[in-house]
Amino acid sequence: MKPPPFEYVAAHSLEEALDALATHGWDAKLLAGGQSLIPVLNFRLASPAVLIDLNPVRELAFVEANGVLRIGAMTRQRTLERHEHIARYAPLITAAMPFVAHPQIRTRGTIGGSLAHCDPAAELPAVCLALDATLVARSHRGERTIPARDFFFGLFMTALEPDEILTEIRIPPMTPDTRYAFREVARRHGDFALAGVALTLRLDAEGRIQSPRVALFGVHDAAVLAESAMRLLDGATPSEELLREAAHAVANDIEPSSDVHASAEYRTHLAQVLTARALHDALAQTTE
Amino acid sequence: MQKLTIEVTVNGTTYRREVEPRRLLSDFLRHDLGLTGTHVGCEHGVCGACTILFDGEPARSCLMLAVQADGHTITTVEALAPDEKHLHPLQQAFREAHALQCGYCTPGFLMSLLPFVETHANPTDEEIREALAGNLCRCTGYQHIVEAVKLACRLMHAPQEA
Repeated sequence: MKPPPFEYVAAHSLEEALDALATHGWDAKLLAGGQSLIPVLNFRLASPAVLIDLNPVRELAFVEANGVLRIGAMTRQRTLERHEHIARYAPLITAAMPFVAHPQIRTRGTIGGSLAHCDPAAELPAVCLALDATLVARSHRGERTIPARDFFFGLFMTALEPDEILTEIRIPPMTPDTRYAFREVARRHGDFALAGVALTLRLDAEGRIQSPRVALFGVHDAAVLAESAMRLLDGATPSEELLREAAHAVANDIEPSSDVHASAEYRTHLAQVLTARALHDALAQTTE
Repeated sequence: MQKLTIEVTVNGTTYRREVEPRRLLSDFLRHDLGLTGTHVGCEHGVCGACTILFDGEPARSCLMLAVQADGHTITTVEALAPDEKHLHPLQQAFREAHALQCGYCTPGFLMSLLPFVETHANPTDEEIREALAGNLCRCTGYQHIVEAVKLACRLMHAPQEA
């Protein structure tokens, strides 16, 4: 239960981090908040030769709202939870934060670390899908922007190349008429969810649903958009039957696995029930 | 083997030590500084026994490397009581409400709850249970801990008598 030996490199700027990553390549691991990586090291499930610590890189910790909401990858989850720009332009993040582990974890955990780690049951990847976020990656080859929907490949796998660092998350500000909801079921408050949903939608002047984005987590090999449900909802007039059908349809978009905590069948059931409840939440929300 | 020199302020005292990069902050506090009040339970961030204040905010010391604490400020359970004869109100409340039995998890609970009781005068049961969800206790069943938090909030936010 102690990490295996490794060489430690504290990066004090993004350039230093990119240099170290270019030098050590596959032998190196990036250390963000460490709330997932350190347990992995303690269990000796990984033994990287080099650990490149991003915590001293101040330029990666910021929240800016200037037309688009920009969040530095090393911004602490606790900062997101309390930040007025987040509450104003991406209240879905604010709503989801209390479910992201515990305050003691959020003190250290970062948004970029959670996204790059890509745990299938993590909340933030699903939130980024629901918000149509764009992720920015840097390497010595240049900068690349990746839509959230093309970023999460599968269990602990993302679109990031070995020489790339996730630097920033860009989120189109939620318009005042955007409705949103977040729901999850976990065995204990703050634990990884058995299943969860983050969604956004708008209603047009005739009361029809516009641009629904329903993201599920804990029920697939990574966070996933429930495209079948979204197709049913898009342009439709809300009714009990529509919500039931849409919730039922999420089964087509997910492939949950069974483990000691829950069977695949139960996870599918949870995903459907949570989707229905979240849709109700969003439709009942009062908007400006 | 790589060794790094770090300077860490713990409970108001600044320590300068040479450490291996893989040294966990929890082990640094216990083995290198002899501050054994910080307990180590699961060592993978689930039980909360090793919770400390890192720059004033509760954090798991088993999920940090000692080298990452270089230049930072840490508060451990040893700093809670003002002196040997008196307990901190939070400790006093734990004692009076029987919020501990074996006591192994207690330092983690105290450090997790310290910022909470400082900022909440009259919390609901739900708020309290959420605040302590990141700490495991196998003895008490938590009810007495909830009672202790209520008592601590009363003690700490009582109107000062003239």
